[in-house]
Amino acid sequence: MPDTKDIQPDVQLAPVQPKVQVEVGQQLPQYDNELTTLNLGPTHPATHGVFQNILQMDGERIISGVPTIGYIHRAFEKIAEHRPFYQITPLTDRLNYCSSPINNMGWHMTVEKLLGIEVPKRAQYIRVIAMELARIADHLICNGILGVDTGAFTGFLYLFQEREKIYDIYEEICGSRLTTNMGRIGGMERDFNERAEAKLRAFLKDFPAVMKEFEGLFNRNRIFMDRTVDVGPIAADRAISYGFTGPNLRAAGVDYDIRVMNPYSSYEDFEFEIPVGHNGDTYDRFMVRNDEIWQSYRIIEQALAKMPKGPFFADAPEYYLPPKKEVYRSMEALIYHFKIIMGEIDAPVGEVYHPVEGGNGELGFYLISDGGRTPFRLHFRRPCFIYYQAFPEMVVGTTLSDAIVIMSSLNVIAGELDA
Amino acid sequence: MSNQAIIDDLTARFGDTLLDIHEPYGMLTFTAPRENIIDVLQYLYNHPAFKFQFLTDIMGINYAELPGNEFAVVYHLHSWTNNVRVRIKVFAPATDPVVPTATGLFAAANWMERETFDFFGIVFRGHPNLTRVLNMEDMDYFPMRKEYPLEDQTRHDKIDAYFGR
Amino acid sequence: MSTVKMVEAPAGVEGSGFFATSFDKVIGMARANSLWPLPFATSCCGIEFMATMASHYDFARFGSERPSFSPRQADLLMVMGTIAKKMGPIVKQVYQQMAEPRWVMAVGACACSGGIFDTYSVLQGIDRIVPVDVYVPGCPPRPEQIIEGLMKIQELARNEALRRRNSDEYKNLLESYNIR
Repeated sequence: MPDTKDIQPDVQLAPVQPKVQVEVGQQLPQYDNELTTLNLGPTHPATHGVFQNILQMDGERIISGVPTIGYIHRAFEKIAEHRPFYQITPLTDRLNYCSSPINNMGWHMTVEKLLGIEVPKRAQYIRVIAMELARIADHLICNGILGVDTGAFTGFLYLFQEREKIYDIYEEICGSRLTTNMGRIGGMERDFNERAEAKLRAFLKDFPAVMKEFEGLFNRNRIFMDRTVDVGPIAADRAISYGFTGPNLRAAGVDYDIRVMNPYSSYEDFEFEIPVGHNGDTYDRFMVRNDEIWQSYRIIEQALAKMPKGPFFADAPEYYLPPKKEVYRSMEALIYHFKIIMGEIDAPVGEVYHPVEGGNGELGFYLISDGGRTPFRLHFRRPCFIYYQAFPEMVVGTTLSDAIVIMSSLNVIAGELDA
Repeated sequence: MSNQAIIDDLTARFGDTLLDIHEPYGMLTFTAPRENIIDVLQYLYNHPAFKFQFLTDIMGINYAELPGNEFAVVYHLHSWTNNVRVRIKVFAPATDPVVPTATGLFAAANWMERETFDFFGIVFRGHPNLTRVLNMEDMDYFPMRKEYPLEDQTRHDKIDAYFGR
Repeated sequence: MSTVKMVEAPAGVEGSGFFATSFDKVIGMARANSLWPLPFATSCCGIEFMATMASHYDFARFGSERPSFSPRQADLLMVMGTIAKKMGPIVKQVYQQMAEPRWVMAVGACACSGGIFDTYSVLQGIDRIVPVDVYVPGCPPRPEQIIEGLMKIQELARNEALRRRNSDEYKNLLESYNIR
């Protein structure tokens, strides 16, 4: 029986050149009987969410692709014009629903900037812990699903178990698992109690072993590397022109991170690194997300160790609901409670733009207030929507299986794409 | 590099065409006329010191109560080398909601402008593919305009009667 | 001693080498314990579905071992997430491509009734376009609730009359949705 390492494949595959060279997104009806049109439709097991790509293919090679989105357009910006500020928080949950706390906190910080409220340190640290847990959760899904799309289902099951533990911590902080509606304008709604701390410490103790196991399965895995190295690279200047931010841009080698550029919520108190890649291919995006999970872990450890004592909400009785037992006892608390809920308190006129570092990049909230109870105009700068424009350019010339892996590694969340 | 330095440089170059210069919450904001908005963006992009080479966002606003200036397009630019942001507004009347496109300068402007067109009907002259991106292709009105309601008027279970309105 | 819970055999006459019972009980039992879902996950409820499918809540225990993304081989259409009007024709097409017997579960407030999105672009409930068997409310529903929805579908499958899909009442139901 010959040794397996002596067996050579008897067919060497030559690289295939596509028959026609075209512009990105150009449709070619004159080649309809030579090229296949494939509808990578809104419902597809490998697309994370509903968006469509109509691909013209020459065998397995993609010649051009036209994306269609909007299959889950829920008109968030229009809804926001009809809701008071505190009712917009559940709406922001559903943008990037894999990391809801980041969206919530970003919105609260935007309103606090408009109203000029200074949030106490303890609330800021709790927010940082919630946001970094959300970042870990988002990257766990992305990398787990990237594994599934290359055929490796086990990684997903291992990581989802850790996500369940993060859900437990969220439940302790705010009551909900996925769409958290966490925090309030002016701070947090309840304090970070011992049960939450115990669950967080247990998570921090067990997580590194699971993450190392996952990395051991994937990082130097021959098959995974063959599927992802040099697949869908994007040059840094092209990425910047396309408005890339977040892990996709950092994989291309640019270390732009809002937490360092425009620090918010006490991020300047923590020490962490920004991982960057080399050429922005799928493997780099995967590795950058893995490293960001480790950096988020570092930040949570530091925040938990340095957590200051003090109030968990700002002294802003006009915007932060007074505690219920005060409402039952004191007249001012009752009046403020009434005014906040019934909308008798108006916001100042102004416009403010506040970006936070979401799971996918710069998530910006541009709020224009005309003095009323609801915003005059609220716009979400959604990173997924902006960088998904580059997808046709990234897949031209690759095979269909590569296109699936590229789409997966970009971490396109349909809620954030369509809003 | 302060906001004052930027605005001094810009007024030296573009003069009185830049209006309403103010700094809400620390971000330099001004209004440029739609005839030379692309020149302003190009100037800020190529400027050796400022280097506003990242387009953060383009979005539209419908000011129903400002006759002659019903639509605004707002550009947010970010200079990474200097860590400064700037906001530029361009107004257009409802009778002629046309603004030149920024896709020649930033590839990211493509879908941002399509979204603004989809929501408000602002036409970006020179855009390679100005069609709706989020709503259905055959929709015949521009939903984010203030004159249209939020709710779907054909629904029959969440009507105002059930909400006590 | 195995801790796996075995399903009770239906009532019937047993002898050496044979077991006589009625068709609909046996077929009902087989269908109920091997429902292959088609996860039509559009948004946040889809992530809770992934949690239900993962090892902590594991709905493969209920027979849904193989989520089938092909409608031809699926029994249960689980619509999880908001369905926008743009997506409506696609839900209908997927439903029509499924073979009888098929069940539909609307998971989440958005699929049941439009949810918090009372807007111009969102379909206010998928029962506008396809007949729904079980509604699982929640935003998003917990995995336990999704599993309870699945168990209710199992009950429907177990107790379904054999000729229900050919009955006039069912045909009228499909007619009212314009599904041939």
